[in-house]
Amino acid sequence: MAVEALGTTTRAKVAPWNDPFIRGWVFQIVVVALVGLLAWFLVSNTIENLERQKIASGFHYLEREAGFEIGDSMIAYSPSDTYARAILVGLLNTLKVAVLGIILATVLGTMIGVGRLSPNWLLAKICEGYVEMFRNVPLLLWLFLIYKMISEAFPGPRQAINVLDSFFLSNRGLYFPVPIADPIHKWMGLAFLIGVIATFLVKRWAKKRQDATGQPFPTIKTAIALIVGLPAVIWLLDGAPHHMSWPALKGFNFEGGTVIQPEFTALLLGLVLYTSAFVAEIVRSGILALHKGQTEAAMAIGLSRGQVMRLVLLPQALRIIVPPMTSQYLNITKNSSLAIAIGYPDLVAAVNVTINQTGQAIENILIIMAAYLSVSLSISAFMNWYNKRIALTER
Amino acid sequence: MYKYSLAAAAGVAAILASGSAMAGKDLDAIKARGSLICGVGTGTAGFMLADSQGKWVGLDVDVCRAVAAAIFGDAEKVKYTPLTAQQRFTALQSGEVDILSNNTTATLTRDTALGLDFTAITYYDGQGFMVNKKLGVKSAKELNGATVCVAPGTTTELNLADYFRAQKMSFKPVVIEKVEEIRAAFFSGRCDVYTTDASGLYSTRAANVPPPAKPEDFIILPEIISKEPLAPAVRHGDQQFADIVRWTQYAMLEAEEYGISSKTVDDMLKSDNPTIKRILGVTPGMGKALGVDEKWVYNIVKQVGNYGESFERNVGMGSPLKIERGLNKLWTQGGLQYAEPIR
Amino acid sequence: MADVAQGERRQLAPPVVDTGVLGWVRKNLFSSWGNALTTIVLAVAIGWILANFIDWAVINAVWTAPTGQDCRGHGACWALIHEKYRYIFFGSFPYEQQWRPLLAIVAMLAMLILSSDRRMWNARLLWIWGVGSFLTFLLMFGQIHISISLILFVALGVGGLGMLMRGAVGTPAEVNGWRALAAIGAVGLVLRVTGVLPAWSLPIAPFDYVETHLWGGLPVTMILATYGLLFAFPYGVLLALGRRSKLPLIKGLCVGFIELIRGVPLISLLIMASVMLPLFLPSGTTIDKFLRALVAVILFAGAYIAEIIRGGLQSLPKGQFEAADAMGLNYVQKTALIILPQALRVVIPPLINTFIGFFKDTSLVLIIGIFDFLNTANQALVDPNWAGFPAEVYLFAAFVYFCFCFSMSRYSKYLEIELNKGTRR
Repeated sequence: MAVEALGTTTRAKVAPWNDPFIRGWVFQIVVVALVGLLAWFLVSNTIENLERQKIASGFHYLEREAGFEIGDSMIAYSPSDTYARAILVGLLNTLKVAVLGIILATVLGTMIGVGRLSPNWLLAKICEGYVEMFRNVPLLLWLFLIYKMISEAFPGPRQAINVLDSFFLSNRGLYFPVPIADPIHKWMGLAFLIGVIATFLVKRWAKKRQDATGQPFPTIKTAIALIVGLPAVIWLLDGAPHHMSWPALKGFNFEGGTVIQPEFTALLLGLVLYTSAFVAEIVRSGILALHKGQTEAAMAIGLSRGQVMRLVLLPQALRIIVPPMTSQYLNITKNSSLAIAIGYPDLVAAVNVTINQTGQAIENILIIMAAYLSVSLSISAFMNWYNKRIALTER
Repeated sequence: MYKYSLAAAAGVAAILASGSAMAGKDLDAIKARGSLICGVGTGTAGFMLADSQGKWVGLDVDVCRAVAAAIFGDAEKVKYTPLTAQQRFTALQSGEVDILSNNTTATLTRDTALGLDFTAITYYDGQGFMVNKKLGVKSAKELNGATVCVAPGTTTELNLADYFRAQKMSFKPVVIEKVEEIRAAFFSGRCDVYTTDASGLYSTRAANVPPPAKPEDFIILPEIISKEPLAPAVRHGDQQFADIVRWTQYAMLEAEEYGISSKTVDDMLKSDNPTIKRILGVTPGMGKALGVDEKWVYNIVKQVGNYGESFERNVGMGSPLKIERGLNKLWTQGGLQYAEPIR
Repeated sequence: MADVAQGERRQLAPPVVDTGVLGWVRKNLFSSWGNALTTIVLAVAIGWILANFIDWAVINAVWTAPTGQDCRGHGACWALIHEKYRYIFFGSFPYEQQWRPLLAIVAMLAMLILSSDRRMWNARLLWIWGVGSFLTFLLMFGQIHISISLILFVALGVGGLGMLMRGAVGTPAEVNGWRALAAIGAVGLVLRVTGVLPAWSLPIAPFDYVETHLWGGLPVTMILATYGLLFAFPYGVLLALGRRSKLPLIKGLCVGFIELIRGVPLISLLIMASVMLPLFLPSGTTIDKFLRALVAVILFAGAYIAEIIRGGLQSLPKGQFEAADAMGLNYVQKTALIILPQALRVVIPPLINTFIGFFKDTSLVLIIGIFDFLNTANQALVDPNWAGFPAEVYLFAAFVYFCFCFSMSRYSKYLEIELNKGTRR
């Protein structure tokens, strides 16, 4: 009888068409070829159609003058700027809504999620009602409702609600005074950044010291002192310049100060309220997934309910919460594109006008997709890094 | 595994291709379909509005009805597709509609880069401003700092920015896509000024003021800040169809010039005037050259009327809008409407 | 010595304040000072809000009115809904024939409700969906012409699938039957495409034809959500399998596609479909606007479904795959008979949540001008005679959406508990 020597494994000789390795590669090449064929079919049709209808192509239109005005812009913009700048304004508006939305939705969602676990039955049920109400109705509907309520409920600028002659609430938005730009603000900004970095360093040092010696350190008070105090000191040293720009009714609208427009408010409010319902559910299921023993042990050593939540449960629940939270953050970013329905000039709205004025749909849609993809990928990358950082390091 | 989904996609594409009309020329497709698909706006009284039975009436609607009468002999063989300002060009480019007749301004960019072809001018218009009388404004030059409601993707938006820049004034735009919501925003006070073509302003003031406000509460400022020649548009590519549309419009103007109206057209058939005989197809040749029935002008005038009748009925003194003919008078009366001769 | 005789001790009832309603109130609402304060503040706030709301919405509301003018100055104007509910629910569908979309809604609801019953989770499901879908589209379109290409294509598909699934398992007669079906389909399609076989369709025309641009309201929302997800499902399964494949090119393609679709908002896909799809196809072919929106929803849903199914596939123990290989099943049989049934069972609740999400997301087709339920509600506000009542219309629309989505989410929770009964110890 033939006995195969130990340690020799030869691949059984099979015909090429039965060899899984070859079959795998043949299959892949066939699929890629088919996909390539489909892509070529689409692209060639597109080129032919564009030429036949004499629609322009290429990205040169980005350097042309835009010609339209944008109502809410973070950077200086006028109709004589290029299309590229108009799209940039839209992108910045999208980012502004996304970042603010993420922060506020996280805070509000966590509060409501924790509220749902409260021992107070009324509070728990109200939070549950809130979550169910916002989760089961489309976001677009909330946006319309909030925007119409704001537009129709508030009076016109001449009958605006006047608080202390500085804050004016009307259907044109909320006007409030801001300090006039002063060179010292740059230094204050720098001091703020230094304060934030210093806070991190102090926190790390304080934690090390507490782990080693058990002595607590008033980190929060120090943080406030650094973050608020350093810029305040710089401000005082410069003579405390306090020239403010006050809003005042001139003609049709308020001039001066700065404004939060109803479109922005409606979009932000709608996004935050809607997403916070989902965040609340994520936080709640994260906390519920923890072992009940954690809560019991923490209460056994005498921590109050608030301390239990803050010091024991939430830090552990973070590991469970972060992955679904990532998708909610991505959802906020993508849902901000609904701004086009209520007239807030975000990226999609700006690009839509550009498509209409230039006729070049494909290039513009590519811009939208590239922009959203980069923002989404950055957010996911950041959250993945954070997730790895807080993951349990097991043996 | 992926290849099965591709096979499915290819199969679906094949089915769709074999099922729908594989038409090379637009006119052939229209004739094969048996009706004209007319892209209109969502609702501007006098120009394109569906009444409560779903029947569309208006000046722009009459253009489509006239083209259908020329091609099919029946002005009712039209399907209307309401489009917003943002959707209209892509709808025409993509073939969703055959002709766009919704108060679109003919401009260089649209004629070239967007792949459209404008035919004859239906209505010579200009852009204006409407404000509430309570604001006490008498001229557009007093509008510095105002909040202005405007639709995106229109010449209105661009002209507005240009005008305010030229006058060294500033404004805050409220940009809303749907014309109904722009009107709602203006009437609710969200913006001080509503700007669009003057014809649209008259139409809105006559038909869309929500009670308890009244049309008399609003004033259209005297300044006209741009030229807005409103013309129907077709796609690049089918010259014959574009010719039919253009000559349909000229036919309505020629009919008015020679006194042919829906009431007199039957009598005119017996006329001895060689021009009238040629226009009405009594002397054959014009219809054939265009590729339509010889009685094309007869059908148009009988079923839709001449330009004057259409104007009076929809936007003129016989309608709630009460717009003067103004620039839209015939050239023989000092206006700009001048048809090329049918010969 | 304590001599408490047995049975003589009187059983005292627990204190009243600790049991029953009073006890519950004390424990849940007033257990501590902070708690009590919260309860009082919340109760007052809720009471005030509710009182005002009921006052506005019920007591002072106007239920019917001839014109909008009469409705002003009172509470809620439900007369607007009374006046326009047919437009809100059915859009511009011809007025006398609106019983057809109504029946279509009933048919779709029946399909969904029947599918939720676990006793139907077998081949009966195919029959329910087949008949239900046919009825729905017949009612909405009015006339269906089944082209010969479609029949041949279905023959090819079904035959091919049968061949793959039953190739090693069925009797030779049965396998030959599947082969014959696939062959008929393939040959017929070739003949058709080359033009040898003439175009022919089976006409089924009981009602008047109503084009898709007249459809509106609730049927549009339900069709987009239901059929968007239904057609996205097989394509999502394929993407998930491809992503897990070891073949690098396939995996790369699937990963790239999924991440691309998930990274962009649905609005951009809708705009792309409505604007660019006609450019992608040969000149002269026109695609219905409704179909374009459906294609965008399918593309978008497929990527999300793929991720969910991937999670399900990952949760299966490796032993299942290995045992299937050991038994000699080929890839298709292994996947279709062993892996997918288990993976899909696990992911049914998340899939239902995806359906709820898409039911809400169909409201975005408003942007490209399709009249779904939210859009028709929005349009109802446009009439100048009835201007000024946004709250009523939007609250009504929100209520309808809430009914649908809330029942679906309750069902999903119930299903999750049911399906996990076997795995809980």
